[in-house]
Amino acid sequence: MKVYLDNAATTPVRKEVVEAMQPFFSEKFGNASSLHSFGVEARNELEKAREKTASILKVKPSEIIFTSGATEADNFSLKGTALVARKEGKKHLITTAIEHHAVLHSMQWLETQGFDVTYLPVDEFGLVDVEQVSEAIRKDTFLVSVMAANNEIGTIEPFEEIAKICSERNVLFHTDAVQAIGKIPMDLKDIDLLSLSAHKIYGPKGSGVLVVKENVQIEPLIHGGGHEFGKRSGTENVASAVGLAKALELAEKERESEAKRQTALRDKLIDGVLQIPNTRLNGHPTKRLFNNANFSFSFIEGESLILRLNEKGIAASTGSACSSPNLKPSHVLLALGLKPSEAHGSLRLSLGRNNTEEEIDYVLEVLPLVVESLRKISPFAGQ
Amino acid sequence: MIYGEKVREHFLKPHNMGKMEHPDGVGKVGNIVCGDVMWLYIKVGKNSKGQRIISDIKWQTFGCAAAIATSSAVTDLAKGKTLEEALEISNKKVVDSLGGLPPVKIHCSVLAEDALGEAIYDYLKKNNLRIPKKLQERHEKIIADIKEIEERYKEFLQREETSGKKQSREPGF
Repeated sequence: MKVYLDNAATTPVRKEVVEAMQPFFSEKFGNASSLHSFGVEARNELEKAREKTASILKVKPSEIIFTSGATEADNFSLKGTALVARKEGKKHLITTAIEHHAVLHSMQWLETQGFDVTYLPVDEFGLVDVEQVSEAIRKDTFLVSVMAANNEIGTIEPFEEIAKICSERNVLFHTDAVQAIGKIPMDLKDIDLLSLSAHKIYGPKGSGVLVVKENVQIEPLIHGGGHEFGKRSGTENVASAVGLAKALELAEKERESEAKRQTALRDKLIDGVLQIPNTRLNGHPTKRLFNNANFSFSFIEGESLILRLNEKGIAASTGSACSSPNLKPSHVLLALGLKPSEAHGSLRLSLGRNNTEEEIDYVLEVLPLVVESLRKISPFAGQ
Repeated sequence: MIYGEKVREHFLKPHNMGKMEHPDGVGKVGNIVCGDVMWLYIKVGKNSKGQRIISDIKWQTFGCAAAIATSSAVTDLAKGKTLEEALEISNKKVVDSLGGLPPVKIHCSVLAEDALGEAIYDYLKKNNLRIPKKLQERHEKIIADIKEIEERYKEFLQREETSGKKQSREPGF
């Protein structure tokens, strides 16, 4: 049996999405900037995709900037606003210790360029304290970036409350909504900038959006032919935009039914896995994405766990150091206050629309045996 | 999987695995902060020529697939060897016996070499036997490295002792 439980890493492209994208490779291939019929055809479809995306997010079409993905969108939102802020003498940004590396490493780069960054801590469940955000805002603060939901532990942040505070204090608010879109209802009223990615919602890879509200001043990072309202140059990838819009439409349409279905599967998984002795659930017990389960197993290491599960056909991921190129355990798990051994022994199982109850039963049958087999090898078990 | 077939075999069905009761020598290397800890136990006997040999060997490891595979492989290589021969088992020999390791996992083979060396050191020391200069130097280096890591990751090691306390930090670690 093959069980894919790494949907937070990526998802398969849906058939409907592939079909929607198909005409834009060989048939309707025109450059959306061309004046002839081929160009107009491509332009019309691109703008339809933009309008669809905008209407789902309840923003204006002119506020949708198609990008190569969420990493670009995160980079663009932080660096693009920083370039404007610098001219106004503002140099302070606020974020959290558990952001995706696309945000964290952009922040760290901005620090090398003379900007100040405050990294807010999180509690043991991964929640950011709204009060702390408010207290961290300074006179020269121009932007706060807090993810809507965390990719590793699935904790849903109070981003709407934080957005409201930022709006009142006249500070821009950016949120990385990659994991949250299609999973929780999102009100963008007070959100100035929002990053999302298509491949987490059964759309194509290399496709994302940065929502840039019309009040936001942002400098482009990619210069060229002035595409995307002059904010992001490069010949428009119509297939990619159409795919994203379709994926988003379907994700929103099925959000409530999938929430119900996957929550039941997730809870069955969590209840079952916690029967294994010396196991803990990472993340928040209730403020949690419906498709995320993250555990730490004492005495064993995550890469070994992943690879032994892989032998049984189960695909999952870990925050262990051994899975990362720099041999450091997950910054998210460490920020929760986990011991290094617990961070090394973590397992993320992320569900998707294709998972079945039968698969969960299979995992609950196999996982305890795999954990036990590795604990037999460990010097720490039975200590 | 990023590993070759031999690594996979050792990882899935490790040899000489488990704890040893009343070992003659124990080598404990690695660090929980880095995610690899290897404990290696030896029993020392004598061959027909009266030379000291590793008559039995076992290990316990907390670590990635490469750490488990190198533990298994180094014990295969050392079993039945004289202590002198066992001390000649380099990390490269371990890597070769596994048909290679990815570059980021080479440190696991160093850990295996060190664990074996430390177990032999422990045996020689306990029995007041002569410790070769090279082994003495390596032992001192291992101890110094452990100290350095403990110093560098003090906060995390304390966390290991105090456990589960609410805590948070800036990224960068």
